[in-house]
Amino acid sequence: MMIETTTTGILALIAIMTVVTLATRFGGVFIMSFVRISPRIESFINTMASSVLIAIVVPMAFGGDVGARVALVTTAAAMLLSRKPLPSIAAGIAAAAIARYFF
Amino acid sequence: MSVASYSYKLQPRKVRLEFFRLLPISLFVVAFGAAFGLAATQKGLPPLDAILMSITVFAGASQFAAIDMWGNQVSVLPLIAVVFAINSRHLLMGASLYPMLKDVSPGRRYGLLLLLTDANWAVSAQDYQNGKHNLEVILGGGLVLWLAWILGTWLGVYFGGLLQDPKSLGLDMVLGCFLLAMALGGKKSPRVLVAWTIAGLASLAAWRWLPPNTHVVVGALAGGAIGFFWLEHQDTEATDEPVAAEEGAPQ
Repeated sequence: MMIETTTTGILALIAIMTVVTLATRFGGVFIMSFVRISPRIESFINTMASSVLIAIVVPMAFGGDVGARVALVTTAAAMLLSRKPLPSIAAGIAAAAIARYFF
Repeated sequence: MSVASYSYKLQPRKVRLEFFRLLPISLFVVAFGAAFGLAATQKGLPPLDAILMSITVFAGASQFAAIDMWGNQVSVLPLIAVVFAINSRHLLMGASLYPMLKDVSPGRRYGLLLLLTDANWAVSAQDYQNGKHNLEVILGGGLVLWLAWILGTWLGVYFGGLLQDPKSLGLDMVLGCFLLAMALGGKKSPRVLVAWTIAGLASLAAWRWLPPNTHVVVGALAGGAIGFFWLEHQDTEATDEPVAAEEGAPQ
């Protein structure tokens, strides 16, 4: 099915995207409201939460250029040493800029 | 169920605090928004429609992907599939907040979820790992991120890209570095490290061999499975290494 990008067509497409995105924002919580939170489920949720972050970042490092890799490694090292997020993030971004300037 | 059974009270003062706490990262979001606005107009999306999309969809990666598929006609099912796949991480993010969200009324619960996005969720999830209940960042932080995304889109459609080449300044790595810093600021036990290893390997495998945009959910569920089968013993939980929790996230 195709929608032409006329005035109303565009609005329909935006509406579709909005509904789909809203379903993802609401869906997880809606499903959880039927699940009894046992210690096992709680443990699943907690481990899954930080795994989301890892699952976003790892392919970013492998698929990215030198700058992306240097940025993530720098942020990780700075974070583990200093435990201060903002300087660690800034260091990572600066590292990406420097790496891209030279490579 | 009576109203009184919802024990979580959102504190207006803390909501304001979280708004300003995420203001620095929101400045970068303005830059991404401008990039989206520019890309959208270049693909022939009228300015007001691009802004409307940012207001109602508020999910950057999926909006860029949709713009990629734009033309005189747009096929609906692929659009739905791509938007759903990219945003399916919201399902897991929302679920992870449920232990807190169950303590607010359904109206507020789903109201808060309207503003759920990567950065404010990452802060809230990390605070939760450190024993702090923080739904205020979903509201306050979400609000500032949303406004920044709209402002950026507006700037992009009317004034073009703000920066000649944001990538040369490393700005495309802001969110990646932010999310990584959030992950590493959380609690690290052997169990968590094993889960992260599995999550990383699974997401890489999915990224390589499964359909595009499935890697986040696959990796997160694989990591979650470790938690499901390997429970932290209740009695040792108190002796876990204390985390420097007083400020685990940008202020």
